[in-house]
Amino acid sequence: MARIIVVTSGKGGVGKTTTSASIAIGLAKKGHKTVVIDFDVGLRNLDLIMGCERRVVYDFINVINGEATLNQALIRDKNCNLLYILPASQTRDKDALSQESVGKVLDELKKDFEYIICDSPAGIEKGAQLAMYFADDAFIVTNPEVSSVRDSDRMLGILSSKSRRAEQNEEPIKEYLLLSRYAPNRVKSGDMLSLNDVQGILSLELLGVVPESNSVLNASNAGIPVILDEKSDAGQAYADIVDRYLGENKPHRFIDEKKGLLGILFGSK
Amino acid sequence: MSTDSQKNADHSPILEFKSSTFSVPVLILATNKLIAIEKQLQKKIYLAPDFFKNSPLVLDLQYLNKNNLDIDVTNLTHLIRRLDLLPIGIRGGTAQQNQQALKVGIPVHFGYSVNPLSKMKKQEIAKPKAPEVETIPTTIITRPVRSGQRIYASGDLIILAQVSPGAEVLAEGNIHVYGSLRGRALAGVVGNTDARIFCSDLQAELISIAGNYKISENLDGVVPHQLVQIYLQNHTLVIKDI
Repeated sequence: MARIIVVTSGKGGVGKTTTSASIAIGLAKKGHKTVVIDFDVGLRNLDLIMGCERRVVYDFINVINGEATLNQALIRDKNCNLLYILPASQTRDKDALSQESVGKVLDELKKDFEYIICDSPAGIEKGAQLAMYFADDAFIVTNPEVSSVRDSDRMLGILSSKSRRAEQNEEPIKEYLLLSRYAPNRVKSGDMLSLNDVQGILSLELLGVVPESNSVLNASNAGIPVILDEKSDAGQAYADIVDRYLGENKPHRFIDEKKGLLGILFGSK
Repeated sequence: MSTDSQKNADHSPILEFKSSTFSVPVLILATNKLIAIEKQLQKKIYLAPDFFKNSPLVLDLQYLNKNNLDIDVTNLTHLIRRLDLLPIGIRGGTAQQNQQALKVGIPVHFGYSVNPLSKMKKQEIAKPKAPEVETIPTTIITRPVRSGQRIYASGDLIILAQVSPGAEVLAEGNIHVYGSLRGRALAGVVGNTDARIFCSDLQAELISIAGNYKISENLDGVVPHQLVQIYLQNHTLVIKDI
């Protein structure tokens, strides 16, 4: 049975698309046939992060309007042949989406894929609501700062009241926390909310902490999702997250400050 | 209550039977539910404990039997004795009930004069139902109340999780929050000034009882992670540790 995962946050710029891309590759590399859909109609980015922007012919809206078939619009990822991308339209806006049409496309994808990842736009308007409406699991991407935490909390409220599962009184969407852009040294100096502060408000199952890392920006600019950069902290963090989501029990990393060589030698805190 | 007179013709007056009339309370039952009866009796006794203590009592089952409501007299007797009342007679019972009564030492009284229905209409009929009317539905919330969510309860509201900042919980009755209360909590929203808010960790944006409110700026003295209750006294909100 296919599972629909929504990657959402409420707030913009926290790393939803970076997360969607990396999770999608991680799941596909583990042997699961996966598709990732860009719901940010009008502001499409996923194709850039995935490095497939020059291969976009048809998009999500074309499929919804019947101007193209799903097979025509799906782009096979160049790194992993079990992964497909359904890009958003750059020329339309979110009004082109409707609950019924999105549901139809998802139903069709469910026949073929094990995991369907919906990359939600920022905000809580139509695009974001449709991205999460059909979800089974939700990855809440949050940065350790107050406005991001509050927006995530708001999004969780919408997930538990306006999703299909909520409306049909089914088992609620399974919600996971993904804390991104975490900098333990700034937490220590008091400039950043700690994991505990965030969990104090959200209290969700933690899927992983992604450390603040230059490799994320480099990867995005190069169009190679950061999970493929196995040497980087962030890449390893995403690999852990995929493993944990698939049920592996991996200890959490990147929560505490790395000790420098001097720190280890002198045992300073 | 009267007994048949039976004159003792013995010359030495060791004892004597005399006819006499007593005023004894008659317990007319309108339901055969023992739990409801017990509750109602306890309430009555609570109002005048001295009056009822070891008071004699005649059980009247006529109304029940008219309405085909069977009751176990043995159990009923035990219940009444447990409440320190002394049943001294039964009337209006069926043959089986009369037999049960005799077994537990309660005389059966056959004579019948008052119409229990007309009396009962004034006294008892409505009362056994009263406890059911008083029960107000309580709303219980087990999942966190997230920012932007709003919960309204027409009775009491019990929340077993946190209330996030930007969330709003309203109740016509009391509000209990067993997680952190960081949003707004408004109790007694239709004007019940006796409503209270109980919470285990008060960090609220706003608390209100029957329209009297305090915002978080005025809650500076409150220690978080402390069990408190909030109630209304002379139109002012009082926050007290429990």
